[in-house]
Amino acid sequence: MARPRLWRRSDSRRTALGSQADRATFRALHNASLASPALRAGLTVDSAERSLGHLRALLGTPAAALTDASGVLAWDGSGQHHAEDVPRFLPDLVETGRTRVADLACQDPRCEVRQVVLAPLVVEETIVGALVVGAAYATGGLIRAADEVALWVSGQLELAQLDASRTRLMEAEVRALRAQISPHFIYNSLGAIASFVRTDPDRARELLLEFADFTRYSFRRHGEYTTLAEELRSVERYLLLEQARFGDRLQVTLRIAPEVLPVAVPFLCIQPLVENAVRHGLEASVDKEDGVGRLSILARDLDQECVIEVEDDGTGEDPERVRRALAGDASMDSVGLGNVDARLRNAYGDDYGLVVETAPGAGTKVVVRVPKFAPGVAASV
Amino acid sequence: MNDAVTTAPGIVAVVLVTVATLAIGTWGLRFSRTTSDFFVASRTVRPGLNASAIGGEYLSAASFLGIAGLVLVFGADMLWYPVGWTAGYLVLLVLVAAPLRRSGAYTLPDFAEARLGSRRVRSLCSALVVGIGWLYLLPQFQGAGVTLAATIGAPPWLGAVIVAAVVLINVTSGGMRSITFVQAFQYWLKLTALLVPACVLLAVWAGDGAPNPADAAIPGDAFWSLPLGDGGAQGLYVTYSLIIATFLGTMGLPHVVVRFYTNPDGRAARRTTLVVLGLLGVFYLLPPVYGALGRLYASDSIVRASDVLVLELPRLMVPGLGGELLTGLVTAGAFAAFLSTSSGLTIAVAGVLSQDVASRRLSGITAFRVAGVAAVVVPCAVAIAAPDVGVARTVGLAFAVAASTFCPLLLLGIWWRGLTAAGAVAGLLVGGIGSGCAVGWTLLTSATTGWAAVLLGQPAAWSVPAALATMVVVSRATRSRIPAHAGRFMVRLHTPEAVDLAR
Repeated sequence: MARPRLWRRSDSRRTALGSQADRATFRALHNASLASPALRAGLTVDSAERSLGHLRALLGTPAAALTDASGVLAWDGSGQHHAEDVPRFLPDLVETGRTRVADLACQDPRCEVRQVVLAPLVVEETIVGALVVGAAYATGGLIRAADEVALWVSGQLELAQLDASRTRLMEAEVRALRAQISPHFIYNSLGAIASFVRTDPDRARELLLEFADFTRYSFRRHGEYTTLAEELRSVERYLLLEQARFGDRLQVTLRIAPEVLPVAVPFLCIQPLVENAVRHGLEASVDKEDGVGRLSILARDLDQECVIEVEDDGTGEDPERVRRALAGDASMDSVGLGNVDARLRNAYGDDYGLVVETAPGAGTKVVVRVPKFAPGVAASV
Repeated sequence: MNDAVTTAPGIVAVVLVTVATLAIGTWGLRFSRTTSDFFVASRTVRPGLNASAIGGEYLSAASFLGIAGLVLVFGADMLWYPVGWTAGYLVLLVLVAAPLRRSGAYTLPDFAEARLGSRRVRSLCSALVVGIGWLYLLPQFQGAGVTLAATIGAPPWLGAVIVAAVVLINVTSGGMRSITFVQAFQYWLKLTALLVPACVLLAVWAGDGAPNPADAAIPGDAFWSLPLGDGGAQGLYVTYSLIIATFLGTMGLPHVVVRFYTNPDGRAARRTTLVVLGLLGVFYLLPPVYGALGRLYASDSIVRASDVLVLELPRLMVPGLGGELLTGLVTAGAFAAFLSTSSGLTIAVAGVLSQDVASRRLSGITAFRVAGVAAVVVPCAVAIAAPDVGVARTVGLAFAVAASTFCPLLLLGIWWRGLTAAGAVAGLLVGGIGSGCAVGWTLLTSATTGWAAVLLGQPAAWSVPAALATMVVVSRATRSRIPAHAGRFMVRLHTPEAVDLAR
């Protein structure tokens, strides 16, 4: 924090950096912005420790602390020994929800902290903790400041709550996607397998095993990421089952660069795209002369990225409808397109969303780009 | 030497290698399959193939041309070059291969960022990758100039420009799509190109009564076959410094690390490294054979420009068409060496440049192309402008820089919880600046005697310990800033994939 000190040293007159009042505002805003990233992680010991220094600088008091509803999370500044006095004021605070001043009995004549101001932190109308400000004497101004800072901290914590619920929503969507194996697919696959039981028992047995493996992969509980190899293996099982039903009406071409198979990708990020492509390809095949729906899956090595393309020669789609599906419009029947897009963006940033190339009558190509390395992304097998 | 008959095999060889490289890279072995053999398509690269590719990418002009010349001129001490370049993989196998693969990092900057969670360390690593890449590319282009000058009498800059142009076209047009197969092909080509002529030459040598190379009458050089013959304390220092640089530098080479990502898991990474050790061991038996035979058959002019020994020896020992054909084969191998190593390095350097520098202003493919041009043009210009330092020596310097920077980072990053971002930065700076100054001094001056020249010509023996010590000391001093996820990351690095736990 060298910069504010330099400003103070310069002079008290107006400068290019604004009047003294302006600069005080800048300092306050700067301190607030430094405290906010930690608070956006929620109210924990770690976030309290990291944000308290900035909050204390904002208040300009000898001591500050953050508590949850039952005890002190972190104490910054002098008078550390008062941390154990604070919890007994908390029940009262939680009950009334009002900012209050409490006197501390202190034996140490040099202690700067004689009184503390406790201001409640409120998230979604629940008191989750308190901001504790310690000083020799709690002036009206200090109480007001503590109140305002507590309000601001509450706002940050509410945003943290929002972040957390967004992540939970994303997880719930993956769970939903896992459970989204279409009942028609299960019914049709089992029907197709049944038709082989007498004519070709070996094939029926193989297909049943594929079906078992496919469901096991799709229903697996752990891990947000998997390897491209695993994901493609699941796609393969799916395609084998579809081909058992449709035979030569479905033609699949694969071009996979072996270099990219170990790349970590979000779990079930290719599978839904292939399902869409199969459906589109087959729908259109009825109108075609040879009655064949073609599908190609391609994975390329592109320097620091891996590019996966899923293409069908079906009827194509109105680009506007695709845009709505990507925006998460649930009324569209594109299985999981928006979900896959959201998860890719969430994992790798907005540069890595789905790219869909399509037009009515021209087939559809969906392109997924995945960086070979991204911080925090690791495949679990 | 410039008449059409003698230059023809060389030109044909160069053209064939170039066309084969481009063809395999672009169309070769494209996987076009139907679902019935999907399992074949989704099978990851096997350790054997990957090891061949690593060997192909790793065996550069220094291995192919440089070692034989050094052995010819300086004798037994120089055997440490091939030994060290092989043993580097032993260190890699034991200490780095599997954990590095499990870290999920694609490049060295990726590893630094994942381990230490710091963008600053990442940027520093990126700069070092580019520096080491350029330093390593420099002798490749120089070697290409030497080769073309020796085989077809072209001016020295032409070879550098041709290799640079081919690499640039290949890399920026996305021509290295099946890069694993290209590089694997290059390894076997290089091995054949040295093995076949070596067998013929050994037969000729045996036919001449198998004279002992150590007895060759070269005045004032009685110690050729003796290690540390007349080097004294300086010779001892140089040898140890060389050992440290080559043993520890391999793990820090950008194009080697990138290839480990292709392995599906840590176990496969170890198996790959083991096969690489075998492949390199076989290959490195051959250059010393050329060096020893050169003692008996090479002329004085070759001793002065020793990098051309491998190319000239077949012509000197086997007269007529046979010798020309063998020369053509060796030229093909040498050209494969330039192409494969410089392609791998260019991709690695361009990747880092495009990701960490160019991507702020340009997008995707454009950024990569611009970065590719920068990656090739800079070392090519230096190669044409700078004096010829000797291919193997310049590569030795690149190893010294890698050993002084990435080796401490990888070893401590993988095996010590206590490493902090501040420690890593300090150590990288000490090692990088120390060895970097030594490199600059060595490239700009030509003195080779005196302690100053020796210490700066082979910096690894002091720069590696200095970098390691700085990293440890600064990390201890900033103990409070050990990344919060260090323990968890260590678990990920060292737990076999088969063990089921939350990573």
